Amino acid sequence: MNTLKSITTKVALSLSLVLASGLALADELNLRAGVTEISKSVYDLHNLILLICVLIGVVVYGVMFVSMYLHRKSRGHEPAQFDDNHVLEIAWTIIPTLILVGMFIPSYGVLKEMYNTENAEMTVEVRGYQWKWEYKYVDEDYNNSFSFFSNLATPRAQIKNRQVKTETYLLEVDEPLRIPANRKVKFLVTAEDVIHAWWVPDFGIKRDAIPGIINELWAIVPEPGTYRGQCTELCGKDHGFMPIVVEVLPEVEFDLWYQDKVAEKIALDQSKKSQSDPEFLTVSSGG
Amino acid sequence: MSEVVHTGHHDDHDHGPEKGILRWLYTTNHKDIGTLYLWFSFLMLFIGGALALVIRTELFQPGLQFIEPAFFNQMTTNHGLIMVFGAIMPAFVGLANWLLPMQVGAPDMALPRMNNLSFWIMPFAFGMMISTFFMDGGGPNFGWTFYAPLSTAYGPPSTTYFIFAVHLMGASSIMGSINIIATILNMRAPGMTLMKMPLFVWTWLITAFLLIAVMPVLAGAVTMMLFDIHFGTSFFNAAGGGDPVMFQHIFWFFGHPEVYIMILPAFGVVSHIIPTFARKPLFGYTSMVYAIASIAILSFVVWAHHMFTVGMPLFGQAFFMGATMVIAIPTGVKVFNWIATMWRGSMTFETPMLFALAFVILFTMGGFSGLMLSIVPADYQYHDTYFVVAHFHYVLVPGALFSIIAAVYFWFPKWTGKMYDEALGKLHFWLSFIGVNVTFFPQHFVGLAGMPRRIPDYALQFADFNMLSSVGAFIFGFSQLFFLYVLIKGIRSGKPAEGLSWEGAKGLEWTLPSPAPYHSFTNPPKVS
Repeated sequence: MNTLKSITTKVALSLSLVLASGLALADELNLRAGVTEISKSVYDLHNLILLICVLIGVVVYGVMFVSMYLHRKSRGHEPAQFDDNHVLEIAWTIIPTLILVGMFIPSYGVLKEMYNTENAEMTVEVRGYQWKWEYKYVDEDYNNSFSFFSNLATPRAQIKNRQVKTETYLLEVDEPLRIPANRKVKFLVTAEDVIHAWWVPDFGIKRDAIPGIINELWAIVPEPGTYRGQCTELCGKDHGFMPIVVEVLPEVEFDLWYQDKVAEKIALDQSKKSQSDPEFLTVSSGG
Repeated sequence: MSEVVHTGHHDDHDHGPEKGILRWLYTTNHKDIGTLYLWFSFLMLFIGGALALVIRTELFQPGLQFIEPAFFNQMTTNHGLIMVFGAIMPAFVGLANWLLPMQVGAPDMALPRMNNLSFWIMPFAFGMMISTFFMDGGGPNFGWTFYAPLSTAYGPPSTTYFIFAVHLMGASSIMGSINIIATILNMRAPGMTLMKMPLFVWTWLITAFLLIAVMPVLAGAVTMMLFDIHFGTSFFNAAGGGDPVMFQHIFWFFGHPEVYIMILPAFGVVSHIIPTFARKPLFGYTSMVYAIASIAILSFVVWAHHMFTVGMPLFGQAFFMGATMVIAIPTGVKVFNWIATMWRGSMTFETPMLFALAFVILFTMGGFSGLMLSIVPADYQYHDTYFVVAHFHYVLVPGALFSIIAAVYFWFPKWTGKMYDEALGKLHFWLSFIGVNVTFFPQHFVGLAGMPRRIPDYALQFADFNMLSSVGAFIFGFSQLFFLYVLIKGIRSGKPAEGLSWEGAKGLEWTLPSPAPYHSFTNPPKVS
């Protein structure tokens, strides 16, 4: 009896060890939770479905392995000859249906929330090009809207293995998209040439950037920080080399940066104006 | 009674085939054509596999080591096209040619000359497609899904050759399907009612209808591309009032039933092998047939789940999510039926059974990830990442391909009259099983971690799993060379096989001697 007890404790101990290390590892292997409310509910949804799949898997594979172990000819098992059972057939049609309904309802709830782009506090137009992103900040006064391109910053030498790769290899740009924390930002996603896709995993949002079509996305990011993503629709030769970097700034810091950018834009427009035809200018300002 | 006239020169009917190469060029025999299809698809498997190994070699480590991104895109594109249209589909048509006449008790296919044509189109179609590698600007490089406008306004000049190659493949598939439907509906032995047909026959009947329904849609899509490229139309060009998203709707209206075209015959194969080696009749035959039919019908109303990120309205997203989840029900029924077939059987584990069991386990795995992908909010995180790559490789490699390999081992004695070497077959199974899982299981993890598909180079956090995946790919690839060796060894020096090659085998084909006679059933057998 004692040996049996010690064996069971040993088994229980090693099982819990495996489970604990499994969970720790699972955290690394699993989807990331992200930083927005949406990305967190997507993460919960993902875990729920994964769990359901694992449970179904345990039952289905379990029965299968038991059968493969017990009902083999080498154990002298005689084959039964039944080939139908209506109760079983109905049961394994109805039970999965109920499980699926249970999965559909929470999924639809999250989806509906994702589609709610109302009450955005600011709007950024995201435009995909072969092979870079352009970000345009749509100001209340449209003339003050400014834009810039965001190009891959990883040097060619790193890609061609002539230089040591840094931690942000292929996930770094010359000028990131900057947005404020805690404000609802709407993204209008489109493209200039072919289809691209704009994805920031930590925000839980992804949408295709399609020429001629404007798609809407939104995010409220509570945590300032740098978040990285990549183009996720094959868009030609350098599809793998047009990353997305979003820098989320504290609100005050963002407002200062934004004012600077707008001032820069107004100054630039004025210097352009003074260079161009003065007669044309008087006409347009009169209108 | 006109035969009497031909004295001394016997009528050709009972003669063997022509000699040499002409036998294969002129053949109208279902077995010869089946053999041609199977060897052709095997060749394509090796070509497509070689391209996959080029991809995995480049992805072994981060950085660009061996090939340039432009060439990498040609590799992924042609790997997909060759495997789908050149390896999996023709292999199933080959199995259909070999097996359908024997399983329904017919002498041959209903339309033998068209059968010859539908095969001989294929080498030309693929010759044309592969020749684009050597053209200016290279071959197709826009993914096997060839989304416009990347494939139209931005495609290489060789795109036109690709379009004609697709047209040819489509024509071949449609002819093959007409032939299969005509054979099944008209040439069954007396007494074989529809609900007495073997399941492989059922799955192919439904698959053939799917092919006839969707191949013209694909032809329409590529024809519109042709017009956009050469004749100034703007079907898919937003600047001219067209719609790039419409391309995707049309493509996936073909593409989703296509997925089932590649898996339904696999269901059929497995439904023969498991009862044989469990020595027990198939559980739930009727519900199996209804499940196949419902999967086929549902396959027409779920296409947009490939496009959850294009920005459809909320109702559209919800509809396609729901419809996709519903497919899990008949698919689940099939898996449960196979397990119930095994339950309380008397199982042995010869090579075909091992591949069939691996099919059930790993296809179910692909089914689980498919269910996860159907959840729209979660799909935003999975879409176009390696999670999707892992998903569809699980249903296509240990799914469709394993079932084809299982079928080859299972009917090998009937086809050749010889037995393969069982020990070598088992070794081939274990190498393939380990290889396929080492290759594709880690891809779930890199996908969840955020690695997009179709990229030639990746961020450092994906490095370990990519290396593992590449190692697995080489194991898997070379174990298929080993498969070739096992087959050749079996054909040359295998032990003679009996007519009833497996103890538990049921069905008309096993009533014939091994190898089966050139014209399967010259007198229709009676089915009770």
